Amino acid sequence: MDFFKLFTKKQEKSKNVAKERLKLVLVHDRSDLSPRFLEMIKSDIVKVISKYAEIDESEIEIKMTKMKREGQNSPVSALVANIPIVNVKSKNK
Amino acid sequence: MANDKLGTAIVITSGKGGVGKTTTSANIGTGLAMLGYSVVVLDADIGLRNLDVVMGLENRIVYDLVDVVEKNCRLKQALIRDKRQEKLYLLPAAQTKDKTAVKPEQMVELINELKKHHDYIIIDSPAGIEQGFQYSIAGADRAIIVTTPEISAVRDADRVIGILEANELNDPELILNRIRPDMVRRGDMMNTEDVLDILAIDLIGIVPDDESIVISTNKGEPIVIDEKALAGKAYRNIVRRIVGEEVEFLNLEQNEESKFSKVLKLIFGK
Repeated sequence: MDFFKLFTKKQEKSKNVAKERLKLVLVHDRSDLSPRFLEMIKSDIVKVISKYAEIDESEIEIKMTKMKREGQNSPVSALVANIPIVNVKSKNK
Repeated sequence: MANDKLGTAIVITSGKGGVGKTTTSANIGTGLAMLGYSVVVLDADIGLRNLDVVMGLENRIVYDLVDVVEKNCRLKQALIRDKRQEKLYLLPAAQTKDKTAVKPEQMVELINELKKHHDYIIIDSPAGIEQGFQYSIAGADRAIIVTTPEISAVRDADRVIGILEANELNDPELILNRIRPDMVRRGDMMNTEDVLDILAIDLIGIVPDDESIVISTNKGEPIVIDEKALAGKAYRNIVRRIVGEEVEFLNLEQNEESKFSKVLKLIFGK
């Protein structure tokens, strides 16, 4: 019995899983940025950055998230982009 | 006009179906009438009428909401007096029509008329956020959102809060329904704090998942009249909060041993 208790303690409570999933899904629900819009933003960003650097398009991650800002209680929505740069193009070209 | 009341219309809504809107409407309506207020409970779920059976009034329906709106009868003729409460009336939904039968403007007119003669109008909104939802919130002064501690219900509640605010129905209040204290204690169900953390609106009640609700619904008697049931007490508390009293919330999620588990231990000697 104690063995099982030890075992289950390591697993996250399912309500916390629910809460985290809910928070993520609500970020999307609450913003007007649909997945389609995010795709459009992504392709525009790729276009702009590609002028200056070679980027790994398959690794690009763009998502909505919530962030706490200093001096503010409620978290605000933020657009987070993770764009791996493979090679910076030389300036004189 | 001097004798006219100026009642308050409260819409009970949720977005998701099956979370307990109709049961909540019946209990709040009955509870308010028990406190001596004059109340109309209005079933706005045209085509899927149910408030009548939950209140045990299904055999008395002659006219319905659509008859009133289309002026096939006078408003008074369509109001069904409750079996037990003198000052409680049901305005049933039409069963053979659909949600295009009523327009928001007609609803506003109807509710304004009802507010002249009654203290509270409780509007049982249909599930969803389409036409039926739109007319059911049209005449409301206040909104109560019902949710269960499930991910899908809370998500839909969040959506509805946004739509209510866009329709200038600000500060909706929350009823967290069907809490299972045992699951909350195990960490397998979101608790009140979790849900409030996400939805960020004021709480007006928590209702335990109580078998006696099923039994009372079977009989067509709202649980709020049951002195013994915990859910009955939960609804009586909600009603008192609606009329402005400060009432402590039931403790359904305590971490230490609850009374219930103590009783169980006494019985089973564990």
